[in-house]
Amino acid sequence: MPTMTVLNSIWNMVRIMSEGMGRTCAIFFLTLLFSLPLGLLVSLLRMSKNIVISTIAKVYISILRGTPLMLQLLAVTYGPYYLFGMNVAREKLIPVVIAFSLNYAAYFAEIYRGGIESISLGQYEAAQVLGYSRFQCFMRIILPQVVKRIIPSVTNEVVTLVKDTSLAYTVSYSEMFTIGKQLANSKVSFTPFVIAGVFYFVFNAIVGWVMGRFEKRLSYYR
Amino acid sequence: MSKLLEINHCRKQFGENEVLTDLTLSVEEGQVLSIIGPSGSGKSTLLRCATLLETMDGGDLIYLGNYAARDMDGKAVYAPPAELQKIRGMFGLVFQNFNLFPHYSVLKNVMEAPMLVQKRKEKEVREEALSLLDQMGLSDKADAYPYQLSGGQQQRVSIARALAMNPKILFFDEPTSALDPELTGEILRVIRKLAEKRMTMVIVTHEMAFARDVSDWVVFMNGGVIVEQGDPREVIDHPTHERTIQFLRRLQET
Repeated sequence: MPTMTVLNSIWNMVRIMSEGMGRTCAIFFLTLLFSLPLGLLVSLLRMSKNIVISTIAKVYISILRGTPLMLQLLAVTYGPYYLFGMNVAREKLIPVVIAFSLNYAAYFAEIYRGGIESISLGQYEAAQVLGYSRFQCFMRIILPQVVKRIIPSVTNEVVTLVKDTSLAYTVSYSEMFTIGKQLANSKVSFTPFVIAGVFYFVFNAIVGWVMGRFEKRLSYYR
Repeated sequence: MSKLLEINHCRKQFGENEVLTDLTLSVEEGQVLSIIGPSGSGKSTLLRCATLLETMDGGDLIYLGNYAARDMDGKAVYAPPAELQKIRGMFGLVFQNFNLFPHYSVLKNVMEAPMLVQKRKEKEVREEALSLLDQMGLSDKADAYPYQLSGGQQQRVSIARALAMNPKILFFDEPTSALDPELTGEILRVIRKLAEKRMTMVIVTHEMAFARDVSDWVVFMNGGVIVEQGDPREVIDHPTHERTIQFLRRLQET
């Protein structure tokens, strides 16, 4: 029964790779958890009237967007060892999530900024005349409208993030793709890459569906 | 009658361009004052200074004896934020392009500020908001969103939103300029009704017939100064100043 053998071996590969899927999801969710708020903070600093603060934010954004994420992963994971002899590479999830969060925050910051700057000045003025504090105005009037406007761009980044988790293989963090790559080498087979491709595709189909739902929920106004 | 609003020697410039020059104006309780004049004459800037959206360079700004800004050696020194916040509760502003909050229903647009800023009880605020919407002829629109309304309806919501804060004085910045001619009537009717209830109002407008009709006092501005002011029938029908005559004639020609 050759078919059964083939199916069996594919199933085996899926089982082995699935051990890394939890880690892939961990990178994904933790990165979103940290980079979405951090990005908002960076965008607010970027728009600060204080030129020192806004310049620092600008430099941060240009460095993190201007260099490869792969390089940033290596720098955060191994940099502390080379610089201070600190070994942070034992639990690799931590440096991986830090690098991803710092990198994605830079992209999100610019998306937030675009959204915030697209809200008309009249919204701020109406809130101010009614006596809203600046914080109340931002949280209640501005931010909800920003969220609606930036969903398409954010979805783009989130979809990219799903695929970017595979970059963790550069620091040998055993997420799904890293395991698949090892498997492909040892079995001399291309099948693990196909499995990885299907996994990312399904993951992103779910991301697309969730973001679509979210967008629809906010479509009650224009 | 007591003075509700006093602006003394107001000065404002944007860069090199002086928009308001030593302008003095006061509004008494129950008074309806219209400000007319060509565009670029400083009408809107004056309104924005009075509503604290713009800071004056020099002069006093006083609401019911409370100094929002005090002139010190030719410079306007503003009161601390807490005092300004208190003063903000005394006035309301209706914008030319409404500036409703698009993500809130009509009712929430009207209710949020009284609850959030004035910390009033939801039940009481809701009753008042519904009654205001009813006065504006919008009782069936409480659950609608701004994008579902016509310009005239949106402007009436924004008037209700301003009134919900129980302001002592209401400013209108060209309230009908963003509306189709057929929709201006409904806004003017609402303002007229407020005037009948002795609501103190300052209205920047291009509607001469309306200004003459509804206001007790008309101010004609040009080049950042008040050129002429007085009884509306006097100023609009029998202007004495050259610039006023010219402006009103041009308006009639169009």
